[in-house]
Amino acid sequence: MAERELKKKSTGTDHAKESVEEVPATSDKGEKLKAELDDLLDEIDEVLEDNAEEFVRNYVQKGGE
Amino acid sequence: MAIPKVCGIETEYGIHVENGDPNPIAASSVLINAYAQDIVRQQTGWDFEDESPGNDARGYAREGSMPPEVETHLLNTVLTNGARFYVDHAHPEFSTPECANALECVRYDRAGEQILIRSMVAANSAVPDGRRFIVYKNNSDGKGNSYGTHENYLMDRATPFDRIVHGITPHFVARQIFTGAGKVGSETPTHDGRQVDFQITQRAEFFEERVGLETTLKRPIINTRDEPHADPHRYRRLHVIVGDANLAEVASLLKVGTTSLVLAMIEDDITGDRDLDLADPVRAMHQVSLDRTFSHALEMSDGTTATALEIQWELFSLARKYAEDRGLECMGEEGVGEEVLRRWEMVLHGLETDPMSLARQLDWVAKLRLLEAYRERHGCGWDDHRLAAMDLQYHDLRPERSLFARLDTEKLIDEQSVISAITEPPRNTRAWFRGQCLTKWPAEVVTANWDSLVFDLGTDPLRRVPMMDPLRGTADHVDELLQQSATPSELLDRLSS
Repeated sequence: MAERELKKKSTGTDHAKESVEEVPATSDKGEKLKAELDDLLDEIDEVLEDNAEEFVRNYVQKGGE
Repeated sequence: MAIPKVCGIETEYGIHVENGDPNPIAASSVLINAYAQDIVRQQTGWDFEDESPGNDARGYAREGSMPPEVETHLLNTVLTNGARFYVDHAHPEFSTPECANALECVRYDRAGEQILIRSMVAANSAVPDGRRFIVYKNNSDGKGNSYGTHENYLMDRATPFDRIVHGITPHFVARQIFTGAGKVGSETPTHDGRQVDFQITQRAEFFEERVGLETTLKRPIINTRDEPHADPHRYRRLHVIVGDANLAEVASLLKVGTTSLVLAMIEDDITGDRDLDLADPVRAMHQVSLDRTFSHALEMSDGTTATALEIQWELFSLARKYAEDRGLECMGEEGVGEEVLRRWEMVLHGLETDPMSLARQLDWVAKLRLLEAYRERHGCGWDDHRLAAMDLQYHDLRPERSLFARLDTEKLIDEQSVISAITEPPRNTRAWFRGQCLTKWPAEVVTANWDSLVFDLGTDPLRRVPMMDPLRGTADHVDELLQQSATPSELLDRLSS
């Protein structure tokens, strides 16, 4: 029973339609993302470690797994 | 029919100590102890009885291959959510409990992040000497040292291993276009001396072999560790080492979800019209990681070429037809399989038309977009140290330093579900039984591992309860039994009657 339900939901045409509608970021969404990115760039120097070079150099790990 | 794709993710976290002894093993131990002692206030040990990571799925041990050693002296804990939290080599490692579907797996992977954050806080307040522990969810230090994020999938033992290797390798190579966590530069000589500014994955350049048992050197695309942690006559656990650690939930869902689907098709022996066998999958791994336009023509064994995106569309089409013909029950309940298919298609479409539109879904896109914006604002080149620092800080788990946390990526799991997964086990696998027993009887469960629990009832000998089927011991199976049992003795009596 569950199987039949699942089949019904997963028809190809539905997906194609959805993806065409959803994927290209609408201009609103794009604007919002850009504004957020600008805000983040404004504050990023406070978030970034003071001495980027030293910070990166000091991050040394042993291989794992 | 394909068996249910029970799955899990193991993450080795990067660890760094400020103002103190940089020994990563000691630091990892402090971190896990702090969590176990101060937060959980209980510590159940891990039972190594059934560990055999040297067993090879091909049925033999290759000459010169080095089976990994199990380090039993290092700290190991089992948590009430059914997870394992331990020191592996030089890293704190969190293994999610067995999850019944890919979305549940993302939820427990997220809970793991929260557990590491809590561990950091606990460790920082436990040490009086000003040491500060910092944890990163990434896979390399940018200097040629890599540590892993491994996935595990339950498979039917009846499926020939060669068929798995042949069927899943193209997916492991091509899925990188959405699983990659992104990385500034390169750190191995795999790129023929070419300058690399940014690549899609953290891990790709560390892979050197097609198939093998090793995980720390000469890393293979297909890892042959044959350690099912379950009835070996019925099950296999495919141990996957090619993935990046994802922070973006959609990327994480697709990593586990699409892989589960392709593995289910392999079990059901579904193949398309086109053979996706790559002529040189190791080289292709590296090529895909460097190709942000997805236009690189990968050489196929049959003499044709295909791009990573074409391989993905081929697999997606096959999976959609498979879903229509046979349903997606093996992907778990609640439409998770359908959700994976829907998002798989959306992401492939996005990569094809406008990759940057996926900045809320994929880690490498989110990171690249941020780096590009910073470069534009400050006019800096790819060799600027600030970009490398941003790359690292994308993965920093400290809320005040994490760049990922500042990006508005799409969430699939609400925060309350993440919080409950810190302590509660998944309901639909044997992890439920493990976690509930640990919650109810922390003193009597003396050790635990994936496929058994050992009880100390105060009377010799210790009693081992085997759990050889990952699909048994669910809430539906054992809740009544657990409710009826006031003590572990009663539980064991009922189990043996």
